[in-house]
Amino acid sequence: MADRVRVKSMMPPGHVRAPAYLRGKTGYIERPLGAFGNPEQLAYGLKADKKPLYRVRFTMAEIWGDDAENPSDTLDAEIYDHWLERL
Amino acid sequence: MPHDHHDHFHHEGLSPSGHPYRSDNDEPLSYWQCMEIAVRELLIEKGQITPAEIAVQIDAMDARSPANGAAVVARAWVDPAFKQRLLDNAGDASREMGFDIGPLNLIAVENTADTHNLIVCTLCSCYPRNLLGLPPDWYKTREYRSRAVREPRAVLREFGVDLPAGTTVRVHDSTADMRYIVLPARPNGTDSMTETELASLVTRDSMIGTGLPRQP
Repeated sequence: MADRVRVKSMMPPGHVRAPAYLRGKTGYIERPLGAFGNPEQLAYGLKADKKPLYRVRFTMAEIWGDDAENPSDTLDAEIYDHWLERL
Repeated sequence: MPHDHHDHFHHEGLSPSGHPYRSDNDEPLSYWQCMEIAVRELLIEKGQITPAEIAVQIDAMDARSPANGAAVVARAWVDPAFKQRLLDNAGDASREMGFDIGPLNLIAVENTADTHNLIVCTLCSCYPRNLLGLPPDWYKTREYRSRAVREPRAVLREFGVDLPAGTTVRVHDSTADMRYIVLPARPNGTDSMTETELASLVTRDSMIGTGLPRQP
């Protein structure tokens, strides 16, 4: 069973790469990608911590609900570990 | 009779040949464009970089084109072992073919009989530039970026790709450090074609997912 995760629904200010339309949405980890410098620090010229990055797959039904164009189509996005809750 | 000029009379707003003037598309520099020029000129003045070095980098980027990606796709179509390496690590597979893609982290996603992949960057304009060169202008528009994740099938129809209902669409939002290339399905009727001939079937849009390869 793939790891199910939820994107945290926090709304911090500043440069973040977790898209707002995926916050609070549940998906599963399609693959781990390794660790990358945290863009929330890199964007400001700060020394960046390495953060694990994952490709998370969501169904269109999960993202758009009844408005989904085709519920079983999917969307993959790269989300950093500190934006994910394990379910 | 706008092309008759016997009376030497010109209407207001018309060129001497009788056509309306079209406004120039020059616009004032944005804040960030001014910032880029200022930083570049400072780096040159202070001897950190030379104009020649900048020109070399611009030439290197302009030399990259979708033909590089087409060569990678065609190799994957004729060489199953290469295709597997491409799907495992598309960056390393591209480097193996001799493409200088720098530190690009590339993932190839494969179109099959029942799966179609589409690439977008909703946050900005992430694109595998180091392999394919600069993205098309529409790729960077808010319209494409917002609609590709919201109604990908409608967007694909506007590009002329009408997928059967049974096909699963997988949209890939390039939100962080990875870049994506679609490995399109090899067209039928191409069994006798060489790798070079196959590469000529691979369009830029077929590697973004907004198109399909040309038919031979």
